[in-house]
Amino acid sequence: MSIRKTFATSKRVLSQLSHDRRTLALIFIVPPVLLSILKYVFQGEPRFFGTIAPMLLGIFPMIMMFLITSIVTLRERSSGTLDRLMTMPISKTDFIFGYAIAFCLLGFVQALISGGVMLGLLHVAVLGGTIPTMVVAVLAAFLGTSLGLFTSAFAKSEFQAVQFLPAFIFPQLLVCGLFVARAEMAKPLQLFADLMPLTYSVDAMKQVTINLSWTSILTRDLIVVACFAIVALILGSATIRRQE
Amino acid sequence: MEHSVKIKNLSVTLGGHLKVLKNINLELPVSKTIGFIGPSGAGKTTLIRGIVGSLKINSGEISVFDMPAGSRVLREQVNYMTQELSVYPDLTVKENLKYFITMAGQSRKMSRDILVEALSLVDMTSKSDSLVSDLSSGQKQRVSLAVALIGSPKLMVLDEPTVGLDPVLREKLWNLFAKLSKQGTTLIISSHSMDEAERCDDLVLIRNGELVSHSSPKELLRTTGTKTVEESFLKLVGDKE
Repeated sequence: MSIRKTFATSKRVLSQLSHDRRTLALIFIVPPVLLSILKYVFQGEPRFFGTIAPMLLGIFPMIMMFLITSIVTLRERSSGTLDRLMTMPISKTDFIFGYAIAFCLLGFVQALISGGVMLGLLHVAVLGGTIPTMVVAVLAAFLGTSLGLFTSAFAKSEFQAVQFLPAFIFPQLLVCGLFVARAEMAKPLQLFADLMPLTYSVDAMKQVTINLSWTSILTRDLIVVACFAIVALILGSATIRRQE
Repeated sequence: MEHSVKIKNLSVTLGGHLKVLKNINLELPVSKTIGFIGPSGAGKTTLIRGIVGSLKINSGEISVFDMPAGSRVLREQVNYMTQELSVYPDLTVKENLKYFITMAGQSRKMSRDILVEALSLVDMTSKSDSLVSDLSSGQKQRVSLAVALIGSPKLMVLDEPTVGLDPVLREKLWNLFAKLSKQGTTLIISSHSMDEAERCDDLVLIRNGELVSHSSPKELLRTTGTKTVEESFLKLVGDKE
């Protein structure tokens, strides 16, 4: 692995996005706008909004990075650039980690903006503080990036890549505890939720919201999310073949 | 005699049933411009992908400079231009080249010179800050070609490099290819254009996945008793059918 080539890949991905200002605006502006709308949707139940807003801060980076990564990687696979890169003296890890670093940075900036709006303008209380909130959000972005890299291998078109969002992410979203507490769900759904990474990402954000200090459950949740992301990254790397 | 590429009994079947290449045997010289000539769908790109190592070979073997195609060492010696655009449309010309120069493993010190040279060779210096998506298709093709010109490869494999280029630039590029081969680079250039074939030192004619002939243009014209490569091709194909 070459650090220079990894960072060159991250820089290249970020440069590509920097030329697409509309996409950047959507990445950074949509989450805080949605959070603001939600505040007024639940204006009669401010406590409920205070509970779900931080959880959404952990979900937005994952969903956005999943979508963007799967489409960008699919383009790379279908446009010939990946084919060309694989004939060059680079390792697959340079490519994969280059992507992961770029999108984690993007997730961090997104979380910073959304978190700033949530804490500063919408006055949502997160007892654990800003830094743990950012750590959870960046890990969620990392998870979304890894899953996007992996699932892009199974899509033959951008239409299919977009359809993977309802197929892979929405079921996790339904059972992660955002809408209904997991303990109140049917047993099979609880078991399914226990196996899904988004559950731990959302759970980690809950821990940060309700606890003043760093808890062992928060550590466990973050380790589980990181492990899922790393496994997805390794699987994603395996789907990039030099020979087809 | 030294060979750049040796292909033995190569057959490729895609999708489980489509025979794209049928028992190809070839030995290509070094420091020459070799043309893979044939109509669209003849199997040129598949053969090229085999040589650069991006095709899984099930039957037969391909070696490049006496190493199996796709070997790690070869990635530093072989430059490949795919038939697709294979550059990033949402980056500028300069950003694309800088990225591929780094990926090619060139030192930071050399990068600037390589960038300037590659831009100049394809006549794109004035467009270096333009986004690739804003360029014409011929200009995009030149950016893709500039990437293949990075560094000093022993073998350059160019899949249809002159498609969509104006005659003046095409002439300039063929002169460049001749210069590179004189300097010791082996060039494999695929084309479906028969009029470009005569500029090659060596011609490999392919049709329906089969090797029709392999010789120099002069030899080809002499053995077939024809005046152009196109006539030779038609004669050889006619003889076979």
